[in-house]
Amino acid sequence: MYDAYEIRGGETHIEVHKFRAGAIIIATLLALVIQAWFPLHLTRAAILDLPLLVTIYFGLSRRNPSTGLLLGMAIGLLQDSLSGPTVPLGLYGIAKTIIGYLASSIGARLDTEHPLARFALTAGFFVVHQGVIVLTRRILLGQPEPWFNLHLAAGALVNAVVAVFLFLLLDRLRKPL
Amino acid sequence: MVGVPSRHKSLVLLAGVILLQVLLLAVQIKRDSQGRLIRVWTVGAVSPFERAGSYGFGWFRDVWRHYFALRNTTIDNEQLRRENEALKLQIAQLQGKAAEADRLAVLLNFRKNHGDVPMVGARVIGTSAGSASQTIQLDRGERDGIRRDMGVITPDGVVGKIVEAYPNTSQVLLLTDKESAVGAMLADSRIQSPVGGAGEPLLTMKYVPNDDTVNLGERVITSGLDRIFPRDLPVGTIAVIKPGNPFKEIRIKPAANLERLEEVLVLLTLHPLEMKKDAEPSSPQPAVPPASNPSPVVR
Repeated sequence: MYDAYEIRGGETHIEVHKFRAGAIIIATLLALVIQAWFPLHLTRAAILDLPLLVTIYFGLSRRNPSTGLLLGMAIGLLQDSLSGPTVPLGLYGIAKTIIGYLASSIGARLDTEHPLARFALTAGFFVVHQGVIVLTRRILLGQPEPWFNLHLAAGALVNAVVAVFLFLLLDRLRKPL
Repeated sequence: MVGVPSRHKSLVLLAGVILLQVLLLAVQIKRDSQGRLIRVWTVGAVSPFERAGSYGFGWFRDVWRHYFALRNTTIDNEQLRRENEALKLQIAQLQGKAAEADRLAVLLNFRKNHGDVPMVGARVIGTSAGSASQTIQLDRGERDGIRRDMGVITPDGVVGKIVEAYPNTSQVLLLTDKESAVGAMLADSRIQSPVGGAGEPLLTMKYVPNDDTVNLGERVITSGLDRIFPRDLPVGTIAVIKPGNPFKEIRIKPAANLERLEEVLVLLTLHPLEMKKDAEPSSPQPAVPPASNPSPVVR
């Protein structure tokens, strides 16, 4: 594995982090398992989207759009596979591919280490993620989905709060500089 | 990726990955009425090109056929023209045969109505060589029982009489000839007077006094006094009446169409005959002699 390195752009410099071996895979699988298991015992936990948070985190950290979108695609397709026959393969895949790309692109330009930045970005990404899903459902599946409701706002808020703490946890998986 | 700037690599990859997943979705999604979405998309994407190709090909084909591929058109046109002329000729022949069949049917019907009168049908095969006489040539002669002074008629009326009988042909002096005459009378007033030809299309009725009443359009029939034609055969109708001295000048339009004779009946007797009163021309009947028969014989 490579060590962490810096991208220098003008006066600012942004760190590109590397993670321990298997950290991304383990974290992804764990997020998927928890996402599938947790709502069985706590219905309200379905508002969480842990695979999305993992996608955002690794996108922001790796800061490589190609890697970010491929990781997002992989996570999304796995989530589709685990979501049952009512969710076609590609629904979450498309949404998380876009989120992975956006997170990596933004992460390469901004410092996203601050909790407030993470909170805001996660809330924004959650809205974009849901927007892409609604768009896909409306256009491809012909399913009338509302663009905005309170559930979406609550989901953005909850996921953003959880992301602040989850990202701190995931920071421990980074290789030291 | 070769040829793609590095800063755009990720964008191209993003587009490719999303497209791949959209296709993956399309393969899975099935619309209720239109089948799988990938099929709908494929048809929707391909059909405009198919339609454009079809229109374009049709346009090119029409242009080619109508403007360029005319190499054989002249030959075809000539062939069709010849076929058209042949068909016109055939139609004319068939129409002629149909008309002949109608005439023969009229003759046959006339013969049936006068079964007690011996007569033979004959075809007109020629006319007089000059304008000095009004004669026609028949294709039947002495071998068919025809003799001089026998009467010749059609179902319409009197035609003339036989003036020469040869073994296989005979010659008829038409009523319109200057030398021709027939015993006649007015059908209504029963005024009798011979009717003769004047070398013109109209006949002349002589010896009707000015005091006698004669009306235009009155029918003239045979009187039987000439011992050639039986009584009551149509001769013609009064066409012109002028006062004369001492007799009226009466012109008669012949009942038979003497200018266009094709088939006639020859009365095979030199004795006075009695024809039935109902000697009106009847409608054609289906009993038509075979067309191959060269001469209609209604004996």
